[in-house]
Amino acid sequence: MIKKFFKCVRSLNLNCVSLLAILPLFAFTVMFVIGPLIYMLVLSFLQRGEVWGVVNRFTFKNYIDILEPVYLKTFIESFKLALTTTTIIVLVGYPFGYFMAKLDAKWKKRMMLLIFVPFWTSSLIRLYGWIIIFRANGLLDRVLMALNITDAPLKLLYTYPAVVVGMVYVLLPFMILAVYSSAEKLDWSLVEAARDLGANSLQAFMTITLKLTLPGLLSGVVLTFIPSMGLFFIADILGGNKVVLVGNLIQEQLMKAHNWPFAAALSVILMILTSLMIYIYRRISNVRELEGLI
Amino acid sequence: MGDYILELEGIEKSFGEVKVLNGLSLSVRQGEFITLLGPSGCGKTTTLRIIAGLEKPDKGKVYLEGKDVTYEEPNRRNVNTVFQNYALFPHMTVEGNISYSLRLKRLDRAKIKKAVSEALELVQLVGFEKRMPGELSGGQRQRVAIARAIVNEPKVLLLDEPLGALDLQLRRQMQLELKRLQKQLGITFVYITHDQEEALNMSDRIAVMRDGKFEQIGTPQEVYDHPKTSYVARFVGSANIICGTVSHVNEHTVVFENKNGTGIVARNNASILQGQNITVAVRSEHIKLTPVAEAKMNLGFKGIVREKSFAGGLLQIIVNLSDGQELVASRHGIDSPLVPGDNVVVTWASENSIMVDLEGVP
Repeated sequence: MIKKFFKCVRSLNLNCVSLLAILPLFAFTVMFVIGPLIYMLVLSFLQRGEVWGVVNRFTFKNYIDILEPVYLKTFIESFKLALTTTTIIVLVGYPFGYFMAKLDAKWKKRMMLLIFVPFWTSSLIRLYGWIIIFRANGLLDRVLMALNITDAPLKLLYTYPAVVVGMVYVLLPFMILAVYSSAEKLDWSLVEAARDLGANSLQAFMTITLKLTLPGLLSGVVLTFIPSMGLFFIADILGGNKVVLVGNLIQEQLMKAHNWPFAAALSVILMILTSLMIYIYRRISNVRELEGLI
Repeated sequence: MGDYILELEGIEKSFGEVKVLNGLSLSVRQGEFITLLGPSGCGKTTTLRIIAGLEKPDKGKVYLEGKDVTYEEPNRRNVNTVFQNYALFPHMTVEGNISYSLRLKRLDRAKIKKAVSEALELVQLVGFEKRMPGELSGGQRQRVAIARAIVNEPKVLLLDEPLGALDLQLRRQMQLELKRLQKQLGITFVYITHDQEEALNMSDRIAVMRDGKFEQIGTPQEVYDHPKTSYVARFVGSANIICGTVSHVNEHTVVFENKNGTGIVARNNASILQGQNITVAVRSEHIKLTPVAEAKMNLGFKGIVREKSFAGGLLQIIVNLSDGQELVASRHGIDSPLVPGDNVVVTWASENSIMVDLEGVP
């Protein structure tokens, strides 16, 4: 191996050198991504042990169990929540990223910093901050009551809206950055050309700006929709046990019920669903890579 | 507002602290090909953007067909632009690009199709309908940009250095084609360039710009043969500029001198007086160089040949006068018997020279 490496470097064959250069990454991917995936797939077709662990006996039972109404409902709920979250993120994040790209260089840097600062702290810890805001007689309630907008505490904590807010809060930066990177590359003279050719500002936006930033918007959708199906800790912290998502279900089956094969089967289905999303995204946007962040 | 299709009246524009346009006025007749000529940064593009409505002036008015459109949105002016970088929509085919303005007007399909194919025929790109802009060469993109701008039949077509990115040969060819197109369509062209040759070649009138002002507006002939200022003489005709004091005034000529010698210039101003300081422009092709030994007259400036170079079909001989001023003489042919270091006398015929910068002179 080492001999081959030196031969390779000496020959200055670029193909050969670059192959060697990606070897560590390749090894990492095989060990920590492909390996576990295969393990999970195999696991999902096995039976759970009587008390603990897994019995090596092939079965479809885990997948059949998912079809039970209670689990199906979880999938549908997750999908609905992801849809709500993503819609809000699109409505807030697209204009944000778009206008950020129009700022001058100095302000772009400042905005970028503001977006990145929260990433310096774990999102888990930041979510605890929302508990303080949302809990009964918490910050939000007190402000609303002081302003005479409401008479009684709203008790938003452990409700569906609280989970949506948390999801939007955690995932919004991904949409902003995806849209920003796409809008940043936009040649604004195209918009001027459209205006010059007779388009009003809305028409110019719809036919030029939106079309050309669509890859960014779509990758933003993928980057927010997929995680929002699985971010179990947000539903845990802000939703109590009232909002159960696929992510929560998997976590519960794995950590509490110790039903590893069932958790694996749930994960496989979730992965298939998300892969489907990416497939659709690629079909629409005609772009090979996810714009911006990946 | 008379028979002018486009009028600018005292246009001023600043970007932050920088004053880009400083009181521009211009009247353009229907069907005219007018060129704004000037170096980069003189405000040409800003002027064009103000006409197009992409920029609003701080002061002044823009009239289109006599109507004040100064604060009208760009989509509500019957003016189209060929952008410097073409600004073709990368996500639309050639056909999609050209038909854009017609589709906005919601014309029916058959009409659009017909207009697009006519426009493509005009720019000689038939058969390129389904291509994407990314698949075209620079020259082809240029043609698409022109087709897209004329398909809407604008009253005025604005062209912002449309040939700047093309190579010399293609540029020459496109100059002729644009001129043909303009004649054929009868559309008024406002054309921007920094290339004096292009301006002289194509325009009905040239407006020479300097620091956000028009220095001189006139036909190519006027601007070339009768530059009003040394700036115009230098920019349009690459003229040599010589300053001196008037020593004799004759009926048709004026004799002047400076430290380097004596020169003669055609008298193009009646009120020239002895002792007055004047500036004279002489184009390089009119500069005569005579070896000192052969020079007979007492007229002329003494100098030393410093350098010879061959460029653009002309031999250029650079002469240093005794006080260091540099003059350029150009000749057809690729060499001359003069060699660097030769002492020469610089002269020119009075009819080939002109006094400039007279306005500021009392």
